[in-house]
Amino acid sequence: MTTHHAETNAPAEGTPRHAAPDGPAGGNPLRRFNQRRHEMMDSVRERWRALPKWQRFLAVVAFIVFLYYLPWLGYLPGGAPPRDPVANLQIPPFHLIRTDLISGGTPWAAVLFTCALYVMVAVGLNVVIGLAGLLDLGYIGFFAVGAYTVAIFGSVDSPVVQALQARFGLSEDWAVAWALCIPVVIVITLISGVLLGWPTLRLRGDYLAIVTLGFGEIIRICARNLNGEAGPNVTNGPRGIAAIPGPEGPPSPDNQIFGLVDAKPWYWLALTLVILMVFGVRRLEHSRVGRSWLAIREDEDAAAVMGVHAFKFKLWAFAIGAVLGGTAGFLFASRYAYIDPRQFDVKTSVLFVAMVVIGGSGNMLGVSIGAILLVYLPERFRDLEEWRMLFFGLAMVLVMILRPQGLIPSRRRARELADRAEEARGGRHRAEEATTHA
Amino acid sequence: MSNLIDHIGQYTVDGVSKGAIYALVALGYTLVYGVLRLINFAHSEVFMVGTFAVVVTYSLLDVQQYPALVVAIPTALLGLVVAGLASGGVALLVERSAYLPLRRKNAPPLIFLITAIGISLVLIEVFGLVLPRVLGGVLPEIFGRERAASLSVPYLFERRPVVTIAGTTIDTIHVIVLVSAIVMMIGLDVFINRTRYGRGVRAVAQNPQTAALMGVNQDRVIMLIFVLGGVMAGAAALLWTIRIGNTQSAIGFVIGLKAFTAAVLGGIGNLRGALLGGILLGVVEVYAAAVTSSAWEDVFAFIVLVVVLMFRPTGLLGESLGRARA
Repeated sequence: MTTHHAETNAPAEGTPRHAAPDGPAGGNPLRRFNQRRHEMMDSVRERWRALPKWQRFLAVVAFIVFLYYLPWLGYLPGGAPPRDPVANLQIPPFHLIRTDLISGGTPWAAVLFTCALYVMVAVGLNVVIGLAGLLDLGYIGFFAVGAYTVAIFGSVDSPVVQALQARFGLSEDWAVAWALCIPVVIVITLISGVLLGWPTLRLRGDYLAIVTLGFGEIIRICARNLNGEAGPNVTNGPRGIAAIPGPEGPPSPDNQIFGLVDAKPWYWLALTLVILMVFGVRRLEHSRVGRSWLAIREDEDAAAVMGVHAFKFKLWAFAIGAVLGGTAGFLFASRYAYIDPRQFDVKTSVLFVAMVVIGGSGNMLGVSIGAILLVYLPERFRDLEEWRMLFFGLAMVLVMILRPQGLIPSRRRARELADRAEEARGGRHRAEEATTHA
Repeated sequence: MSNLIDHIGQYTVDGVSKGAIYALVALGYTLVYGVLRLINFAHSEVFMVGTFAVVVTYSLLDVQQYPALVVAIPTALLGLVVAGLASGGVALLVERSAYLPLRRKNAPPLIFLITAIGISLVLIEVFGLVLPRVLGGVLPEIFGRERAASLSVPYLFERRPVVTIAGTTIDTIHVIVLVSAIVMMIGLDVFINRTRYGRGVRAVAQNPQTAALMGVNQDRVIMLIFVLGGVMAGAAALLWTIRIGNTQSAIGFVIGLKAFTAAVLGGIGNLRGALLGGILLGVVEVYAAAVTSSAWEDVFAFIVLVVVLMFRPTGLLGESLGRARA
């Protein structure tokens, strides 16, 4: 471990990969191009680091302000097509990015909301996959737990609320308030993360992946079967739960801000949560916990020898990931006011993993871009929608073969992978040499 | 519960014939794991391709429901060959196109797993989306339908009771499935344990470097095991169509997960373990469904998997391919 660092820290970024057998200057045009690109990216990164702190801070603030402005992209704030007269004031190239100007397009703010929601999922899953290195294929399960928690406690349509009404003689429209649901969701998803992590986290990487996949599926089957026929009625089964509350209470035409039609407030709410999460996870990443995750990811046995309590920190990663995913599910249920078990299938779970690994697991910017691509591309290019799974399946395979660290990788992970490839190459060279000498 | 106890014989027979199919699919996981220490997650889709190969064969031959026995047996054998070729071919293709480059790079296991998931997605979409577009006009009854709808396959053999012992009926389908599965497995077992190629497979499973020094072509062994696993999945696919009579592009996931459970239950990497694990799992599932309801059936497979992994991760028989009969 120490030798790795000594080797990889001293020369310029990622040398083993680029200074391949045929020397730094040689190689094909693609390799030269790659090297130039890397140098450019490094210089950008260095310049960013060299900026005074207040300038960096201002840049981040400006970026966040831009994110809040996004629903009006291509127009002045306050006006957006098709209803507004101000809509005519287009800001040329930007309006092409919007999804609602093409025929059959989805409202732009709704797409933004979905993007923010998926970014939230990606950031949460990144804690589990990217930071702690635990491949969780059943992350949709936590998303579902979050969504079902707010539905079961907050909606008058839920069998549990109806039972409570009958038991305690409460009025017909009594249900747990939305704001009270938040701590309930956090506690329940945390518990579910610990409960699922406890038996499974003792397993090795690929076994863990398959068991989590099974658990994700179990949660979906439970949501389907707890319908009063195959089991006690908790979730209404395939019929789903309607009338899930938002910040202004259950969905109704009287809601001023958080209605079903205008997605802008929902987007801002989701964006705020995403920003909080990103800052929170960033702090966590650079804390003692984050360093432990990193150590576990790179070599669990070595970490254990150095005194890192691997199981404890893996459980933490699982539980924190569960809370973040559950929060996303909670927001999802509140926004659409209706959920049913079909929304939480394996396919979506696999897409979650796809966006993290394609984007670059371990790097929050990378996974966010993975999530945005996943949502945005099929919306902007409607013909793509149907081909989405094929496209992302192919992308997963190609990325894993050609660029296993993802599009925007975590630098440390990229080094680790390059190192392994180098070892394999070195090993082969040695073997070839041995055969020629013999 | 009393329902289960009253008809326990019948449930057992059903479970065994169900489990025999899981066992055949499980062989694919076990073979690859035994040699490469790799879970070939895309194997479930290899099975799916096999079912489609059977359906296409039937459709080209214009097979009707319940043909005469003279027609049914050659058709089934032809279906077996076609499904075996298709599944084996796809398995080999997956190995060459995806796993080989990763092996060259010495990629960590998780990268293999993610690649396999990607391949699964691609195969599902090819059969659910691309082929319907391409072949929708040629084979409308197969590829011209809604993708989510399950595609019914004509039954080759009628379900007729063969013997009835103490209220337990063993019918033709039970016999066909169980006998063919066991024949396939004995064949594979003999191949691995008695032939020259099988010795090569065991050698690589035991110690790749030493095997290479002894002149075993490791690359060829790896190709061989992928093809063998694929052929077994193809056989399972044929039996599946004979027993269940339908398929669809997304069929692989649940069966794959169960077959994997069966492989782990018996001891992954161990061929005989796959048979034991498959049959046990089939029986457990049928019992569990009888006690609760069929809606909970799939949950029990996962619970079995978790329990086995927690308490006996090496499985019941727990030996790897290499150590089985060195």
